[in-house]
Amino acid sequence: MALSGVEIFKLLPKTNCKKCGFPTCLAFAMALAQGKVELAKCPDVSEESKKLLGAASAPPIRMFPLGTGDKAAKVGGENVLFRHDKKFINPSVFAINIKDTLSNDELTKKVEEVITSEIDRVGQKLRVDAISIEFASGNAQQYESAVKLISEKAPNTIIILNCKDASAADAAVKIVAARKPLLYCATEENAEAMANIAKTHKVPLGVYADGLAALSSLTEKIKGIGVEDLVIDSGAKNAKGILELNTQVRRSALKKSFKPLGYPIINFVLREDPVLEACIASVAVAKYGSIVVLNSIEKWKNLALFTIRQNIYTDPQVPMQVEQKVYKIGEATENSPLLITTNFSLTYFIVAGEVENSKVPTWLAIMDCEGLSVLTAWAAGKFTAGKIAQFIKESGVENQVKNKELIIPGMVAILSGSVEDKLEGWKVTVGPREANAIPTFLKTRSA
Amino acid sequence: MSYVIPKETCSGKVLSPDFGKGSKAVKIGGENALPFHSFDGAIPNKPVIAYEIQDIFPDDWPDTVKNQFSSVSDNAVKWAEYCQNELKAQAIALRLSGTHPDRGDRSPQDAAKTVKDVLAAIEVPLIILGSNHMEKDAAVLVAASEAASGYNCIIGKAQEGNYKTIVAAALAHNHKLIAMSELDINLAKQLNILITQMGFDKERLLTDPMCSALGYGIEYTYSVMERIRLAALMQNDATMQPPILGDVGMYVWKVKETVATEAEMSEWGAVAERGITWEAVTATSMLIAGANLLIMRHPKAVETVNKVVEELV
Repeated sequence: MALSGVEIFKLLPKTNCKKCGFPTCLAFAMALAQGKVELAKCPDVSEESKKLLGAASAPPIRMFPLGTGDKAAKVGGENVLFRHDKKFINPSVFAINIKDTLSNDELTKKVEEVITSEIDRVGQKLRVDAISIEFASGNAQQYESAVKLISEKAPNTIIILNCKDASAADAAVKIVAARKPLLYCATEENAEAMANIAKTHKVPLGVYADGLAALSSLTEKIKGIGVEDLVIDSGAKNAKGILELNTQVRRSALKKSFKPLGYPIINFVLREDPVLEACIASVAVAKYGSIVVLNSIEKWKNLALFTIRQNIYTDPQVPMQVEQKVYKIGEATENSPLLITTNFSLTYFIVAGEVENSKVPTWLAIMDCEGLSVLTAWAAGKFTAGKIAQFIKESGVENQVKNKELIIPGMVAILSGSVEDKLEGWKVTVGPREANAIPTFLKTRSA
Repeated sequence: MSYVIPKETCSGKVLSPDFGKGSKAVKIGGENALPFHSFDGAIPNKPVIAYEIQDIFPDDWPDTVKNQFSSVSDNAVKWAEYCQNELKAQAIALRLSGTHPDRGDRSPQDAAKTVKDVLAAIEVPLIILGSNHMEKDAAVLVAASEAASGYNCIIGKAQEGNYKTIVAAALAHNHKLIAMSELDINLAKQLNILITQMGFDKERLLTDPMCSALGYGIEYTYSVMERIRLAALMQNDATMQPPILGDVGMYVWKVKETVATEAEMSEWGAVAERGITWEAVTATSMLIAGANLLIMRHPKAVETVNKVVEELV
C-alpha cells in the first residue's frame, strides 16, 4: 500500500539536515510519496525504516527484463486499468511456442520465421520477441539439443523454457542462463525444485496454478524461497478466462495492493485457427497480458497483432507522429500534384490512404507539427504560412515537380494567400476539407 | 494474505433496445457490468453482428471481400437473402451508398423502394444506413423510415448537422436511431442530449462514437467507447447509457493493409487472410471496449468474431 507523505515522514530521522537536497524532512517525505525522489538520497535513514519504506514504495506490479541486449523486453510495471488514464508501459511480448519434437530442419525453419518477423511501422521496429521451447518429447537430451539449436540460430531472441520437468529444465537453463530466459514453470508439484533452479541461475520464473487463489499462495511460497521475478499464469486459455482472470489480477494488484498477484501475466493462446488465435491474442493484449504465446506467426497475422499492440500501448497524451518528408505515393512524376498536411500519424494515414484510393500518383509533403492535426496545428501556430513556405523551400521538392503548385488542406483555406506571398513563384490551391473527398478531387484534376 | 475476487458493482446499466419483429427480433445491451465482466454483474444479451449490404454494386470494396458476394451483390434483395439464408446473418445493415451524389445520386424514392424490397424478402432485423452525406442523408433517411414503417428498424446515422429531420422520421415511424459523433465523448453525450430533447426516447437510441480501423486510430475509438461505458456504469450517466455501435467493415476494407497485394507488400503476407484478420481483430477490440452491435463485411471474419463472442460470454 502506498504511504502518504506524513506516514513516510514519521519514518525519517526528522533532523532537517538538508543532505538530501530538500529544506526539511517533511518536504523530502512529500517528494518521496509522489515518487519524485529516491529514498537513497537520505544518508541517515535507519535500516528498519528502509525496509518498511522499501516494501511500501515497491511498484504494485513487479517490473523486470526478459532477455538481454537490445532485444530484451521489460515486463510488468503497469499502473492503470484503462489506457485513457495513463499509458500502458511495457508492450506485450509475443512468443511462438515450438515443440522439441520437431526435426532440426523444422526447428530451423520456425526460428527463421521469428528472425525475419521484424516490421517497421510508424517508425517503430516490431517483431515476434520470444520463442517458447516446449518440453513435449519427455526426453531431457532431446530438449537440451533443441534448446541448443534454437539459442544458436536465434542469438538475440528472448527464450522461454517451457518445461515442467525440473531435471530437464535444469540442464536447459545452464545453456542459456546468461541470456535471462524465462523458466516456465513452477507448479504446485515442482515449486521448490524450479524455484531453486531459478534462484541458482538468477532467471525469472513462471508460476502456474489453476485459479487465482491457488496462484496467490504459490507465488508467496516461491517468494519465500527467494525468487521474486515471477510471471504468473492462472491457467486461463479461452477468451473469457483471459479477460476475467487477467482483469482480476490487475485489479487486485492496483486497487487492493495485493502483492501475491503483483506480477506480469503470461497467456498461452495456442489455437489451430490462426485468425481466431489473432483475435484471442488481441483480447490478451488489450486486457493485461504481458507475454502472449502463440501457435503460429504468419506474416499477415503478425502485422495485425503488432499493430493492435502498438495501438493499445500508445501514450494517450502524446500523439503518434510520422517523419517529416515528401512522400511519394504511386509512381509520382514531375507532373504529379503536390499535397501538404501535418505529421499527426492519423492525419498522415488517412490522407495517404485516400490518395492511394484515388490511384492518382501524388507527392505528399508531411510537415512536422509535433504530431498535431491540421486545425489544431494551425491554431497552435505550428502550421502557418511562414513555416509551410520554409518547409517547402528546404525540402527541395521544387526540383521534383514541374508545376509549382501546392495543394493545402481545405481546413486552412484561409492560409492560401499568405502562403502564396511567402512562396515566390508558387501557386497555392485549396484542397478538400475532408480527406474522403480527396479521391474525387484528384481524379477530377487529372482527368 | 488470502485472495478475494475484486468485484466491482456498478450503479448504472446499459439500455436494451430491441429491433426487428417477430421471432427474429434481437435485443442488445442491458448489462450492468463492463464488457464481458460477468463476475461483476449481469450480461443478459450477447453482442450482435449485422452483415453489411449495399444498394449498389460494391465496386469500392477490395477483391477479398467483394468476391465473397459476386453472385448476389448486383442486387440488394438477392444480397440480403444470401446473408440471411446462406450466412445465417442475425441482422442485416443496408447501406444506401448509391444515394451519395458522387456514387450515382439515387433519389430518396429509389432508396425507399430498395428498403421496401429488402424488408419484404427477409425476416431478420434491418439496419438502414445513409451514404454519410449530411444533406442527402436527411432526405434519404426520411423516405427510408417511412418505407420501413412498422418494421422496427435501426435508422442512421443522425449527426449534429442533420439530426433534426432524421430524429423526427424515426420518431414518426417508430424506429430505433443511431446517433453518430466524431471520436469525442463530450460530442457523443451532447448529441444524445439534443436528440432526447426533441422528445426521442433514450431507450430507442444507439451511440456510434465513430469507428476506426486497426492501425488507423482504433486506440481513439477504443478509449472513447471505454469511457462512454465507464460513464454509463460507474457514474450512472443516463445520457451515456444507450448501447454502442461499431461500424467496422467500412473503416477496415479501405486501409492499405486490407487492399495491398502480397506482390506489392511481400513482408505483409497473404492479402486475403490479412484483410480478414484486420476486420476480425478490429471487431474483437471494439467488443472488448464496449460495442454491443457491429456491422461487418467478410463472412470468415464474422464467423471468427462470433466464435470469440461465444468464448467471451
